[in-house]
Amino acid sequence: MTDAGRSASAHVPAGAPLGRRTLLKTAATASLAACVECARVRLDAAAGSSVQRPGAAPDGPQERDQFVFALGDRAGATITPDGLPLGGPQVFAWPRDPATGTVRDSSRLNQVILIRLDPATLNADTTERAADGIVAYSAVCPHTGCDVSDWLDASQTLLCPCHESEFDPAADARVVLGPARTRLASLALRIVDGALVSAGSFNGWVGPAPQV
Amino acid sequence: MPPTPRLRRLPAAAVVAGAAYVTLTLAGPLATAQSGDYTPVTAERLRNPEPHNWLMYRRTYNGWGYSPLDQINRDNVGRLTPVWTFSTGVLEGHEAPPVVNDGRMFVTTPQNQVFALDAATGDLLWRYQPELPFELFQLHPTNRGVALYGDRVYIGTVDARVIALDARTGDVLWEQAVQEWSNGYYITLAPLVADGKVMVGVSGGELGIRGFVVALNANTGEEAWKTYTIPAPDEPGGDTWPGDTWQRGGASVWATATYDPDLNQTYWGVGNPGPWLGDQRPGDNLYTNSVLALDATTGEVVGHHQYHWNGSWDWDEIDPPLVIDIERAGRMRRALIHPGRNGYLWTLERGPNGIGFIEAQPFVYQNAFTSIDPETGRPSYDPAHTPRTGEVISFCPSLSGGKNWPPAAFNPQTRLLYIPANENLCSEFTSIEYEYDPPRPYMGARGRLFIREGAEDEPIGELQAWNVDTGERIWTREMPSQLWGPVLTTGGGLIFMGGTTDRYFRAFDAETSDELWSIRTNSGVVGVPTTFAVDGRQYVAVQSGFGVDAQRMQTGLDRFRGSAPTLVPHGGVIWVFALSE
Repeated sequence: MTDAGRSASAHVPAGAPLGRRTLLKTAATASLAACVECARVRLDAAAGSSVQRPGAAPDGPQERDQFVFALGDRAGATITPDGLPLGGPQVFAWPRDPATGTVRDSSRLNQVILIRLDPATLNADTTERAADGIVAYSAVCPHTGCDVSDWLDASQTLLCPCHESEFDPAADARVVLGPARTRLASLALRIVDGALVSAGSFNGWVGPAPQV
Repeated sequence: MPPTPRLRRLPAAAVVAGAAYVTLTLAGPLATAQSGDYTPVTAERLRNPEPHNWLMYRRTYNGWGYSPLDQINRDNVGRLTPVWTFSTGVLEGHEAPPVVNDGRMFVTTPQNQVFALDAATGDLLWRYQPELPFELFQLHPTNRGVALYGDRVYIGTVDARVIALDARTGDVLWEQAVQEWSNGYYITLAPLVADGKVMVGVSGGELGIRGFVVALNANTGEEAWKTYTIPAPDEPGGDTWPGDTWQRGGASVWATATYDPDLNQTYWGVGNPGPWLGDQRPGDNLYTNSVLALDATTGEVVGHHQYHWNGSWDWDEIDPPLVIDIERAGRMRRALIHPGRNGYLWTLERGPNGIGFIEAQPFVYQNAFTSIDPETGRPSYDPAHTPRTGEVISFCPSLSGGKNWPPAAFNPQTRLLYIPANENLCSEFTSIEYEYDPPRPYMGARGRLFIREGAEDEPIGELQAWNVDTGERIWTREMPSQLWGPVLTTGGGLIFMGGTTDRYFRAFDAETSDELWSIRTNSGVVGVPTTFAVDGRQYVAVQSGFGVDAQRMQTGLDRFRGSAPTLVPHGGVIWVFALSE
C-alpha cells in the first residue's frame, strides 16, 4: 500500500461546545493545516472554560423548559408524557426554551434523561420532583462524564456503559454499584396543560468534578 | 526554602501547532541544581539503552519488558524496601511506567499530568498539567507514559493531542491536535519514537472513529505520515467493509508499537471493529484485530496478520507482538509473539516482505473458535458463541479477553514469556439500539460478565510462563483475584507484577514462579513496573492506582456474584524500592 487512507479525515473546531451533532457528523476533508487552525480555536475556547463548568452552565435546563428527543427518528420532536414508555428505558432529551423555541443543545452537559416509572416505586424525594411518575436526571455520569445510556430492565436501573456505574432512578439516582461517587443531578418536572416541563434547573453538579 | 510556584505560559514563538495549555510548573528543590544536567536521548541510545536506564514504555524496542540489571536478584529480593513514594493527587488508572534517563524519572498519570522527579530521591523537578476540555468525557481515564528523544518528553492526551515538553523544565515546546476529541478520538498510549519521528495511535473504537497511526516530526510536531488502520474502499483491503462502514469502523490503536530497527518496521496492534456485532458490517474488516507492520520512514503498510476477522467480541488486539528470535525445528525464526485478547497465543514470522503465520494455541478457555487454519492462521467460528444482532450470545473468554493491555514480558535467560492472563471469565452480549452520534457510544451491544459455569470457585488471574522455543506452557501461577498486572522481568532472575485487587506488588522467581517478596500498597497496581540504577544502586519503580478497565471488571464481577461492592481504593502513588542498606 502506498497511500493508505490518507485522503479523508474529519475535523471540527476544537473547544467549541458540542451540542447538536450535525456539524460534527460532517466528514470534512480537512488537511493538517486545517487541524492546526482547529487547535488555535481551542486556545481561545479553553481560556474561558474555567468559568463554564457544568451545573452552572447558563444555558442548561431552566424552569418551564420543554423537552425534545435528542436521538432517533423523532430527534427534535417535543416529548409528551405519554411518549415515554412506562418502566423505561430512559430517553435522551434536550431542554427547549418555550419562549424562543431554542433547543439548549450547546453543550452535551445540558442533556437530560427522562424515564417514566411506576409512581408507587419512587422514594419521597424523587416523588416530590416527579411528574406522573416521570423523573429527569442529568445524562452525564459523574464518574468520568460518559452518557448514562444503558438500561437494566430487571433491576429498573440506569447503567453507564463506560465503567458500569449503576444508578437507581426511583431513589434520586443514587449509586447502586460502580465507581461513581455521587448521584446524577436531578431535574424537577411538572406537567402543565398536558405538557411535560422543567420545574427548575439541575440540583447539583453535572459531570465529573475536576481532579486537577 | 522551595521556590514559589510559577505560572508559565507558552511563548508565542514556540506555538507550532497552537492549542491551549495552562501549565503550573512546580519547581522542586533540585530543579535549579539539575536544570542543565540532562543526557539527551539519541536514536542509538533508544536502540541500545544502557543497562541502568529505562528509556521507553517497555525499555527496548522489542517490547520485552526486560532489564539486565541483577543487583536485585532471587537471593536478596526479600530485602527490597520502599525508598520513596510520591502521591500523584489524582484518581483512576495509573498505568504508566516510570521512565528513567540517567537519574531523571518521568511519569504520567490520568488527566495527563507529567511528573519529573529525581529517580533516587523522589525530589520533584517539575510538574506539567494540561487543561482539558470541560465537556470531555473519558472512557479510559488513563495514560501509559512518555516517550523520550533528544532533550524532550512526549505525551499523547485524552483530548487527542501530542505534546512535546522540555525535559529540563517541563515547558511546552510544541503541541499538535491529531484529531478532535469531540469526534470520539483520544490518546492513551505512550508515543513511540523511531526514525526521528514521534508516533501515536488513537483510541475510540467504541465511539465510531476511523483509527490511524500518525508520525510527527520530533522537532516541530509537523505530520510526517499518517496511515489509517481501516483502508479506504479503493485501497487494498477496502473491500472488506460494506458501504460506508469503513468511515466509523473503529480499529483503534492504544498500545505503543514494538519496532525492529533492522527491518525498519513498527508493529502496531489494532483494536476491535465497531459497532461490536459483526453481522452489522459483513466482511473481514481489515485491519481490525490485526498486527500491522508499518515502515517507520514512510508509514507504508508492509504487512499484516489478522488474528480474527469480522470481530464480534470486543477483543481488541492492540497489544503489539514481542519481537523475539526463536528456535523452531532446529532453525532460528524471526518471530512476533502475541498473547491475544482472543485467548490464543500467536507466533508469527516477521520479514522484509511482511508477516507470516507460524502457530496459534489457546492459553485460556476459548469457545468461539472451532479451528485455526494451519497454513494461514485464520480461525473458524462457532456460531453459537458469535454475537449477533437481536440475540443474546455468550462467549469465552470475556470481552476483556484472555489477556488485556497489561503487557507480557520475555526473559532471554529463561527463554520464557510471562503472560498475565484471566481464565474462566466469559461475557454475554445483548444487542441494543445505537446510532452514530460521536462522541456517544457506538457499540450496539451491552456486555454482561460472568464466570464460566462450574468454575465459580476456580482461580481467575494467572501468571503463565511459556517457552518461546518449544511453544509449551512451563508453569502457571494462580493469583488471588482477576489480574491486571503488567509484567517486568530482570537479569536477576525475577518477575515483578501487581494487578490483583488485594493491592499487593509482588516478586516471583522467573524460573520457578515462587513468590519471593511482596508489599501491600495504597491501591491496586495496574502500572507498568520498571527498574533502573542510579550511582550503582538498582531500583524498582511502579505506580499503584486502580481504575479504568480493571475497575470495570471488578464491578462486573460484583454484579455477577451479587456481592457487596468490592472496594479497591483509588488514588495514585509512585513507589520506588531498593535493597535495604
